[in-house]
Amino acid sequence: MTVLAAEPLLTPVYEYPESLTHVPTHYCPGCTHGVAHRLIAEVIDEMGIRQDTIGVASVGCSVFSYRYFATDFAQAAHGRAPAMATGVKRANPDKFVFTYQGDGDLASIGAAEILHAAVRGENITVFFVNNAIYGMTGGQMAPTTLPFQRTSSSPDGRDPATTGAPLRMSELLAQVDGTAYIARRSLHDVVQIRRAKKAIRRALEVQRQGIGLSMVELLSSCPTNWGLAPDAALKFIRDEMVPVFPLGDFKVPPEPEAGAQA
Amino acid sequence: MSTELLKGNVAFAEAAVRAGCEAYFGYPITPQTEALEHMAKRMPELGRVFVQAESEVAAINMVYGAAAAGVRTMTSSSSPGVSLMMEGLSYMAGSEVPAVLVDVMRGGPGLGNIAPAQGDYLQIVKGGGHGDYKMIVLAPANVQEMIDLTLLAFDLADRYRIVSVLLADGSLGQMMEGATLPPMRPLAERPAWALSGARDRDTNLVSSIHLDPEELARFNDHLQAKYAEIEANEVRFEEHRLDDARVGVVAFGTAARVAKTAIATVRDEGVAAGLLRPITLWPYPEAALRDLAERVDALLVVEMNAGQMVEDVRRVVEGRVPVRFFGRTGGVMPMPEEIADAIREVAGASAAAGAQQAQPQEVNA
Repeated sequence: MTVLAAEPLLTPVYEYPESLTHVPTHYCPGCTHGVAHRLIAEVIDEMGIRQDTIGVASVGCSVFSYRYFATDFAQAAHGRAPAMATGVKRANPDKFVFTYQGDGDLASIGAAEILHAAVRGENITVFFVNNAIYGMTGGQMAPTTLPFQRTSSSPDGRDPATTGAPLRMSELLAQVDGTAYIARRSLHDVVQIRRAKKAIRRALEVQRQGIGLSMVELLSSCPTNWGLAPDAALKFIRDEMVPVFPLGDFKVPPEPEAGAQA
Repeated sequence: MSTELLKGNVAFAEAAVRAGCEAYFGYPITPQTEALEHMAKRMPELGRVFVQAESEVAAINMVYGAAAAGVRTMTSSSSPGVSLMMEGLSYMAGSEVPAVLVDVMRGGPGLGNIAPAQGDYLQIVKGGGHGDYKMIVLAPANVQEMIDLTLLAFDLADRYRIVSVLLADGSLGQMMEGATLPPMRPLAERPAWALSGARDRDTNLVSSIHLDPEELARFNDHLQAKYAEIEANEVRFEEHRLDDARVGVVAFGTAARVAKTAIATVRDEGVAAGLLRPITLWPYPEAALRDLAERVDALLVVEMNAGQMVEDVRRVVEGRVPVRFFGRTGGVMPMPEEIADAIREVAGASAAAGAQQAQPQEVNA
């Protein structure tokens, strides 16, 4: 038997983010919440702001997100995270404050709170995880559910005639003067994940500038409630969700003037 | 400090400023809007936070956020707006953050009207939101008490990490009378549990979730123990002309103020009536009421509602003496003469009952 040398053989290139706790997550296998958490934690680490960041958790599958981030955290009522974050940020104007919300939370019950946080131009960052369904309660129809998508509360498929069409929150919020950066990314493959991370960084940099609300919408998978295997769920995002929720930047702040970033 | 002519809504808002309120969140609603308007001017002047929220739902959740961040914070509203805050109040109780709410009650149910009423007693004193929780409830009866009890509300909220409610009504909010404001207090240090960024310390969490039932049961035990401590230490009430009273009137806030006039009237006629005025509606002055029930022939509860606090009076008195009720609903202020009539009726009934009881004893003698 060959005994390997005791000294380190390799330089670590992929480490556990300091901004994540070591608590195992409760997310289902194949769910991309974990990817989203990791990206946010990596960016917080890279910006060196873990000790200056306060998260606001929502209600839904991400209800326990406070367990997984090694930052101060508040747990908001369903849909109210942007209102609670308003209070946290106004009392801590020099800290980074973010909400982490699903689509039922943000686009349905919390539609007023996100819209008016945007109207006021609150200097908070919203991470909006859109998987087109209510996950925690077992897969009911959300405002983001695709036309004719089967859910436990639209068993014959979402009927646009009686339940409407998917609500595109990024496009909506980009119209509001108080927002500074609105982007939609996806977590369905490595290229998209890397793009998502850049958007998360951009959003938190916008908050540092204090120029308005920033939001990154992350198209995410829900294999359990979609009734798909994890790989098929990622393909569902790519083939079914992206055509309805196009990726891109819907609002970007003006570029800093040349020389400003010395 | 000098006496000023102050409107109730302005008085409590300025009292909050001087108590060190660093963040106010509110939504316009009659009859409390002057408070929001006062804060809109005063808070920015002092470099403090004022936000006009998109709804009372948002306002209370903004208060929740600022409270979680450890600053003195408040909102004010009136009955229909306060109904919208019940969700947030339950969460705040469940995460033990301190804050102050002022409810300038108006006539209900529904949109009702904008006239003074006391129809939110059960909602505020017994809960309103979901789950087992309490809020400290303070009932002012004049503009000076709008000021004094607002200061007390902040102090008690901080001391017990609880929501304190100033339960006023439209007449107290709208009336002007002479009152004295306190000097400006320095801002308090933020508590160790507050959310401020985990710099050189472990992370803080403000949450009301306890998924494990046994864990949630232990948390509820902790809340109940805290509530018992408040019940033991924070009861406040006023006794007025009760020394020789045969009829005890029990009333709070504006109703108590009107009742005092009625008591003066019937006293002139020789009817020995007095007033027990709970200032804390929770914790309720149970011992004082029980003691009073041992001394009087009957109790008359007067409220500007269809009979809400009277449930507490009957609960505490446990049948020791008859408990009668006189109330006006709809935002109608009771007139002193109406209450005087009710006192006379109660006094007459107890005198007649006393005579009936006394007769058989004389026969036996």
